[in-house]
Amino acid sequence: MFPPSHTTRRRVLQGGAAGLALGHFGLPFHARAAEAPPLEEYRPTYLSGAAWAFVMAATARLIPSDGEGPGALEARVPVFIDLQLAGDFGAAADWYMEGPHDPAADPYLGYQSPLAPAEIYRQAIDVFDRWCQEQYGGSFAALSPEQQDEALGALEKNAAPTGAAVVHVGGGAPGDAGGVEGQPAPPMAPGAAPGGDTPPGATETGGGASGKTQPAAAQGGAGAGTPAQPAAAAAPAKEPVEAAILPPELRDFFRLLLQNTKEGYFADPMYGGNHGMQAWVYIGFPGARGSFTEWVNRPNEPYPLGPVSISGERA
Amino acid sequence: MARQEKKKDVVVIGLGWTGSILGIELAREGLEVLALERGPDRDTVPDFQYPKVIDELRFGIRYGFMQKPRNSTLTIRRSLDETALPYRVLGSFLPGDGVGGAGVHWNGQTWRPQAVEYRLRSYVEETFGKDIIPEDMNLQDWGVTAEELEPHLTRFEYLLGISGKAGNLNGSIVEGGNPFEAPRSKDYPLPPLAQTWDSVLFTDAARSMGYHPFPRPAANASAAYVNEYGMQLGPCNYCGFCERFGCLNYSKASPQTCVIDALKREPTFEYRVNSEVLRIEKAADGKTATGVTYFDEAAKEEVFQPADLVIVCAYSLHNVHLLLLSQIGAPYDPATGEGVVGRNYAYQVNGGTSLFFKDKIFNPFVGTGSSGVTIDDFSISQIDFGREGFIGGSYITAGHSGGRPIQQMSLPPGTASWGAEWKAAVGEWYGHGMSIGSHGSNMAYRDTCLDLDPTYKDRHGRPLMRMTFDWKPNDIRMNQFMGKMIDPIAKSLNPDILSSSYKKDGAKYDVRPYQTTHNVGGAVMGVDRKTSVVNRYLQSWDIHNVFVMGASAFPQNIQYNPTGAVGGLAYWAVEALRGDYLKNPRPLM
Repeated sequence: MFPPSHTTRRRVLQGGAAGLALGHFGLPFHARAAEAPPLEEYRPTYLSGAAWAFVMAATARLIPSDGEGPGALEARVPVFIDLQLAGDFGAAADWYMEGPHDPAADPYLGYQSPLAPAEIYRQAIDVFDRWCQEQYGGSFAALSPEQQDEALGALEKNAAPTGAAVVHVGGGAPGDAGGVEGQPAPPMAPGAAPGGDTPPGATETGGGASGKTQPAAAQGGAGAGTPAQPAAAAAPAKEPVEAAILPPELRDFFRLLLQNTKEGYFADPMYGGNHGMQAWVYIGFPGARGSFTEWVNRPNEPYPLGPVSISGERA
Repeated sequence: MARQEKKKDVVVIGLGWTGSILGIELAREGLEVLALERGPDRDTVPDFQYPKVIDELRFGIRYGFMQKPRNSTLTIRRSLDETALPYRVLGSFLPGDGVGGAGVHWNGQTWRPQAVEYRLRSYVEETFGKDIIPEDMNLQDWGVTAEELEPHLTRFEYLLGISGKAGNLNGSIVEGGNPFEAPRSKDYPLPPLAQTWDSVLFTDAARSMGYHPFPRPAANASAAYVNEYGMQLGPCNYCGFCERFGCLNYSKASPQTCVIDALKREPTFEYRVNSEVLRIEKAADGKTATGVTYFDEAAKEEVFQPADLVIVCAYSLHNVHLLLLSQIGAPYDPATGEGVVGRNYAYQVNGGTSLFFKDKIFNPFVGTGSSGVTIDDFSISQIDFGREGFIGGSYITAGHSGGRPIQQMSLPPGTASWGAEWKAAVGEWYGHGMSIGSHGSNMAYRDTCLDLDPTYKDRHGRPLMRMTFDWKPNDIRMNQFMGKMIDPIAKSLNPDILSSSYKKDGAKYDVRPYQTTHNVGGAVMGVDRKTSVVNRYLQSWDIHNVFVMGASAFPQNIQYNPTGAVGGLAYWAVEALRGDYLKNPRPLM
């Protein structure tokens, strides 16, 4: 049914080649891409000036622009995050938010903050920017990429980097952060198993490890939930507050930020990110094509067509 | 006070799989049947239409077809002395809402329990001796046998148009099917689905090790099909958006594609949506139900709906919640072991091994919910519990269902979760992995149970239900055993990287990552009213005109996905209702 293709995935992935090879299926994405104003001129709906600057700078480190494939900025991930925070997600419209709240509860018991995501972003960015100011002498957006990576690593662990002076922003006495593990960040809403109720499968969102790498156990299948955490995480999580950058009600901030960044990278472009479907082109995901009967068992044969979006965009 | 509506013969609570089956079967008896569905109406058109339904963010990540915790949730604790906290954000399990219920967003694996699973306590005592049963394990028989349920399981499979291959036809083992299944009277209605490459690799590896691979029984049609109600399915096109999504192609069996259009044509059937049942009302003598009170979302008022017969067809957890709120059956008290409602909650014990191959391209976005291949060589009937030190079993399986990039991105262990390394890894590894998983039984224990939470309330002011659950050593050992069986199969495929995830000793239940929506028990069936809520016909022991469908009836969890057994039990209850109860309403046992 599809024309035979010797196009390798890598070649398809390079934007120009995709436009050339697949142009007869429709306009190359550049035609659509031209419609959006430059990211620098975007006027945020929810995020204020400083918070917008933080999201721009932070997502640029979470998915950097260098190397193959688009970065978060090319994909317009900050626009996605701004719109999500302005909508039902930001307001926790679907979540049970009745009290009493125990935000310092064992993370295994799930999201327990009294704050909706939009409010967590607003407060946490403010606290974290002040922490960066004290730690490095500038707000996050003003730091060097190396400092930003270090600061994000600390934020992920919700603890100051080992050996660094601890500034306790939330009040109370400073403590020794050396070697203190932060709260493990729970995986965000989407869950583990590809295939869901079919057990196999590792997914990328299972990890809750402190630190930037995913523990092997986090790669599990449907059962990934329990073994995904390092042993320390199994203990009741009344962590020493002195070491935490963020107070308990904000402790999910990094996890939300990282999850939303990946959502904005890979979601359909109608939500403001994945601009021109560049992230789909990069990994070889064909988007909303939704019909693959002829491709069920074709070992090692790269799928030849680029993605389509729900609105009919092609790349 | 409450508005009162005209009396109906039957009220069905919840319009998912069991509600639609009970609805059509009782309407065809000429009874006036009303189904009350608390969620919205849904149908293939417009709700599951291409392309808007294959939106990973809206439906896969933001759970567009799921129950919103704001409207309905529960609290969870891991032990009797922990303070339960609300399940505020969906994670571990995903109950559906709206017409079709979870039958809209499932993958479609449609299994039958093994024969020994219906009489697990008897089997263990006869085969291994009762001494191997841990003291706190509430092991029970179902009160119904594989032989009794067989015709009803067959009817359900033919309702859904299951694609698969029989392994035991009337006692004769059939090559290529599951040799360990209970005897079945007929083959599946449709041939197996085509298999993706990962399934083919697993098949070859398993067969070369002497195991018995067979295709998963799938409610994704492999060919055009028409069922007994005249409902038509079209062949699956492997769109890769199955679980968490409604089917855009009329290929996945759901209440919509298999029952509801036919049901709507029944002149004595009516359904009301956005109508959440708050409680079942009892007569003054406490021996029968008089109907239900529900909240009419449009009118914003409570409505009393009188009825002669109440069929509880909500999701398993909500069935139990409604019984507790309605004070039907004695609530279970884990301190004393007395009472039954909420007793024996169980879940599912799963694990998996991931394999990464630099040079293999799997095209993971080509997939359907339930294609794939399984071995049952380590199933519950094949394990020497005495020797291995646990009671339980698992099926072991491979076969991807999709390659959606937010949810289903699989990266090698140790990969950075952000930054340049993560970005390079998604480019390098997307589509280069497969996995082999185990899907296993979960026993019920004295302190795995459901009751009413003392603190948290729902939007109607009713107490939330409280779940007490954690992993137990017996089940953790079972899971670890499966890992040891899977790893040699995985290694024989020579992946560049291999990563295993099975429960570690002392593993605690984590409500955050998705695990499975196979919550069972709490309104258990049986032949002893001291240890069950409903009798073997799913009839309340206490209120004889209340019947409770669903996986809440399982005394402990089977090693399989529950829907096949849920459907078989529904038709079994239909037979008891039509053949006996309606002629002479009374306690059937």
